[in-house]
Amino acid sequence: MKMDDDAPVIYGLEFQARALTAQTAETDAIRFLVGTQSLKFDNQIHIIDFDDENNMINKSVLLHDAGEIWHISGSPADKAVLTTCYSKTSENRVLTCAAVWRMPPEWESGSHESPDDSSNNPQTLELLCHLDNTAHGSVACVLWEPLGDGKRVISLAENHVLLWDLQESSTKATISSTATLEGKGQLKFTAGKWSPHHNSTQLVTANDTAIRGWDLRSMSQIYCIENAHGQLVRDLDFNPNKQYYLASCGDDCKVKFWDVRHINEPVKCLEEHSHWVWSVRYNHSHDQLLLTGSSDSRVILSNMVSISSEPFGHLVDDDDLSDNEENQQEDKGKEPLQDSIIATYEEHEDSVYAVEWSAADPWLFASLSYDGRLVINRVPRALKYRILL
Amino acid sequence: MSSATTPPDSDPTGRRQVHSMLKLYYGMNEEGKVESLDPCDINGPHFDPEVYLNKLRKECSLGELMDHESCTVKQIRSLDSDMQTLVYENYNKFISATDTIRKMKNDFKKMEDEMDCLSANMAAITEFSAHISGTLQDQHAQITKLSGVHTLLRKLQFLFELPARLNKCLELQAYAQAVSAHRRARCVLQQYSHMPSFRGIQDDCHVIMEQLAQQLRQKFRDGGSSAKDLSECVELLLQLDEPAEELCDKFLSHAQSRLEADLQGLEAELIDSLFIDRGCNEFVSNLCLVIASYQELFINHPQEGELASKKIPEMANGKLHVFVDTLAARYFSLVERRIQEEKGVGDNSLLVRALDRFHRRLQAISKLLPGSAVPSQGTEIVVRAARERIKQYLSALQTFYHDSLTDVRQALAAPRLSVGGASASGELLTSLSNFILNQLKSVLASVHLFTAKDITFSNKPYFKGEFCSQGVREGLVVSFIKFICQSSRQYCESAGDRGGSTPPALLLLLSRLCLDYETSTISYILTLTDEQFLVQHHTPVTPVTALCAEAREAAQKLLNHYVKVQGLIISQMLRKSVETRDWVNTIEPRNVRAVMKRVVEDTTSIDVQVGLLYEEGVRKAHSSDSSKRTFSVYSSSRQQIRYAPSYTPSAPMDTSLLSNIHKLFSERIDIFSPVEFNKVSVLTGIIKISLKTFLECVRLRTFGRYGLQQIQVDCHYLQMYLWRFVSDENLVHFLLDEIVGSAAHRCLDPSPMEQSVIEVICERG
Repeated sequence: MKMDDDAPVIYGLEFQARALTAQTAETDAIRFLVGTQSLKFDNQIHIIDFDDENNMINKSVLLHDAGEIWHISGSPADKAVLTTCYSKTSENRVLTCAAVWRMPPEWESGSHESPDDSSNNPQTLELLCHLDNTAHGSVACVLWEPLGDGKRVISLAENHVLLWDLQESSTKATISSTATLEGKGQLKFTAGKWSPHHNSTQLVTANDTAIRGWDLRSMSQIYCIENAHGQLVRDLDFNPNKQYYLASCGDDCKVKFWDVRHINEPVKCLEEHSHWVWSVRYNHSHDQLLLTGSSDSRVILSNMVSISSEPFGHLVDDDDLSDNEENQQEDKGKEPLQDSIIATYEEHEDSVYAVEWSAADPWLFASLSYDGRLVINRVPRALKYRILL
Repeated sequence: MSSATTPPDSDPTGRRQVHSMLKLYYGMNEEGKVESLDPCDINGPHFDPEVYLNKLRKECSLGELMDHESCTVKQIRSLDSDMQTLVYENYNKFISATDTIRKMKNDFKKMEDEMDCLSANMAAITEFSAHISGTLQDQHAQITKLSGVHTLLRKLQFLFELPARLNKCLELQAYAQAVSAHRRARCVLQQYSHMPSFRGIQDDCHVIMEQLAQQLRQKFRDGGSSAKDLSECVELLLQLDEPAEELCDKFLSHAQSRLEADLQGLEAELIDSLFIDRGCNEFVSNLCLVIASYQELFINHPQEGELASKKIPEMANGKLHVFVDTLAARYFSLVERRIQEEKGVGDNSLLVRALDRFHRRLQAISKLLPGSAVPSQGTEIVVRAARERIKQYLSALQTFYHDSLTDVRQALAAPRLSVGGASASGELLTSLSNFILNQLKSVLASVHLFTAKDITFSNKPYFKGEFCSQGVREGLVVSFIKFICQSSRQYCESAGDRGGSTPPALLLLLSRLCLDYETSTISYILTLTDEQFLVQHHTPVTPVTALCAEAREAAQKLLNHYVKVQGLIISQMLRKSVETRDWVNTIEPRNVRAVMKRVVEDTTSIDVQVGLLYEEGVRKAHSSDSSKRTFSVYSSSRQQIRYAPSYTPSAPMDTSLLSNIHKLFSERIDIFSPVEFNKVSVLTGIIKISLKTFLECVRLRTFGRYGLQQIQVDCHYLQMYLWRFVSDENLVHFLLDEIVGSAAHRCLDPSPMEQSVIEVICERG
């Protein structure tokens, strides 16, 4: 491997951008999707392919002419299918809508070799269906059923939870059930996450300072963490390996970890950012690795060993180890591990609104700041080996 | 000799001559007399008649010679007659002496005869006397025997009379007499008990004595008898061979019942303020009495004979210790309960005096009973009470602190007078700080009573060492300071998230308080304590620096939290104002929005509030006409440069070029970052938080043409007023630029307002 292996790779978009996702169904190539925000121009979806071998980025651009993209999410089953939440201005009214799209099949072959051409003649996304929300208001986000067959999505619109069934190759969306949050105060959902545990029957949402859990079978609330954060809750993520563990972040600059069975107190609380934390993501494989992005323009990678599924490090059979060096590393691994900040990434110069782990390479992640800068980073090698060995 | 022959001249001279001659004879020299060497001196020894005659003849006339001759003759004659007389006298004396000697010779002869006769008589007398004594020998032995028999008979009589006598004694209750009588007879009776008659007497005596013992025991058991009576009883019973152990037990159980009564009385009056007094006066003194009389009876009492061999003192001592220990334990438990009742911290002197009395009284026991654990247990109680007291004082201080804070809170919340209110927070701080200090001082004074010289337990090692260092210094003072820091920090944590429950002014005030503690108060208090209590640090104590660091940390945390809370309050206003407005369909701006005025007003009042407690701080030099600064980036000409590319799709990258370049050269801004202890830094922090919120909110909205213009107006207005509060006005410029820039980006129809129009609107207010 090259010496500058750990150096970040930076990619600049022409437009401001908030929406970032890994291509969930793609397990071979390291690929991220970025949706732009521009009121003046046709918005785009940038497909960023990262060539790990050569440390290079290949990009493809697809036109998304429906409007500026606030949220983007890839289907877990079909890598060509994705949803966006986009704002549409009509008659001096701004409404955020959601739609399911399919990437044209030619994009990969056509644009791969010559990125310059693709920007000149971008291909357009193929609309599969609208998640028609005119009755329910602006959509905050669309969530795919984790590990599902790509047939069920949830959209959070204002104070409604809408569960959609996608039929006829996703060309038709019907609402199968809904839930509505009622009560006093700010009830607009800001974020949500579909739990990969419990047979994907649970959803967690955030509105104002509260975090709520929902049972999708009965569409009823199962728990509510009032005042989970001092101010607005911005994002949520489930621990992929521990079914009751949940991370949240918000405008109080904190990242909190919850055991939803004991909602009175957070399990742990991090306060490392100096402004609002907009995004929090667990690593899909090693849940001690946690990524947060904040409007203080920083991305922080934390090692939360103590509340991970491997609190004593990775357990290794002695047989696997052959030489002394590895033995030493094994000793290291068996030391009681401390929660720590692994790294603070300061490549961004504007607020970071989104961070994502790669779906294909668990040691790689991307972060996106408002000025359109996408930064791809790796988990430091020393740590990687420590976790693996 | 020659003089004797010479006629004496005169009588006196003649006498002297004789005298001197006798003297010469007897070898005595007349001292002092100078012998005349003159040969013409007729009385001198060297008289030479020839010379004398020649001289007379030569010198004297005939007539004179004649006269001289006659005179001399006369003298010679008188001398001769004198001589004659003397001779006669001597002779008569010799005669009478001879007579006397002769007569004596006859008398001695007679006497010798009589002596012979006497010696003969004496021999006869000796003979007689020997004879008589020989004859009297037999009779003497008989008399001695008779007198022996007499004594024996007397003793026997005593024995025979003993039962009657004992009975009589019993009737008269003269127990002591009876016992002593019986004691005298006992051995004899024992010895001759094989003889029926003596046996009878012995049995009678036994019965009587049994009765007597019974009566004594009765008396002993009888509660009413006085200590002196009791001790008499015990003494008698002991002499009656009563088992000492049983007696001890009885005595002690008897004493116990009385002491129990005392204790119950005490228990009943547990709440009484005179509890310790009563305890000392009744229980402890009674206990001392019991110990004293017990020791008198069983331990110090000289034991004679067989009693001594039973090792009574050891046994009795053991029993006494057990007895005292159990009772003392009960008493102590009562005292402890009583002390625990003593919760009020008003007057410590009462408690200290009571403890002192308690302790002093127990010293009496230690004097009486040297090996007893009771006094040390008592000291333990005092120590525990002192510890407890420190804890109580600590909690009282804490309560006081909380109460003071509540007062301060109320004072802060109270509707303030326009001018008075402004100075109020400074005054509140001084008064709060003084209140706490005074309270702490008074508590120290109260606690100091424990170590006063006239208090008996103050010289115990605990009170000299541990009490001062671990107790007062660490347990009270240090704990209290830590408590202040701790509770201050809690204000940041528990109440913090929503910021609503703790008034920001209180946070600010506490922050200043902690800072003052850090700079001076802590070292003052600790020095005061060390001086008052002469603390000698045997054990490691919390150093001043550690406490100061803690206080500083608390102050910093409070101030940070204050900034955060105030920033959030303003943020919330800005956020609401941005979120709730329909920016697409707004009308053309005519005024600065009210919320901006409110922001400036609030910032100004925060400035005043902070200014009362914190120093100004340094700000970077700014241009003389900051308030008049034209927003170069907003000005229409520059705006064109900045926004123009937006209209030309060919170069979309230029949109944010300027701002990106700006960012490259400006330092990264940490929004929620620690502030310094001065006004400017605090205000900078608050403004940073507010403007960043404004920025983020703007980025989430979409603006119409007039929406953007309204933001321009608002930002200009903020610019006009906020620069003066911050340390570096460029910061405000930068953030406001960002806001307007972001609004422009989010604008559907970005046609900015003319700078001059903006200025007019803003100046209109």
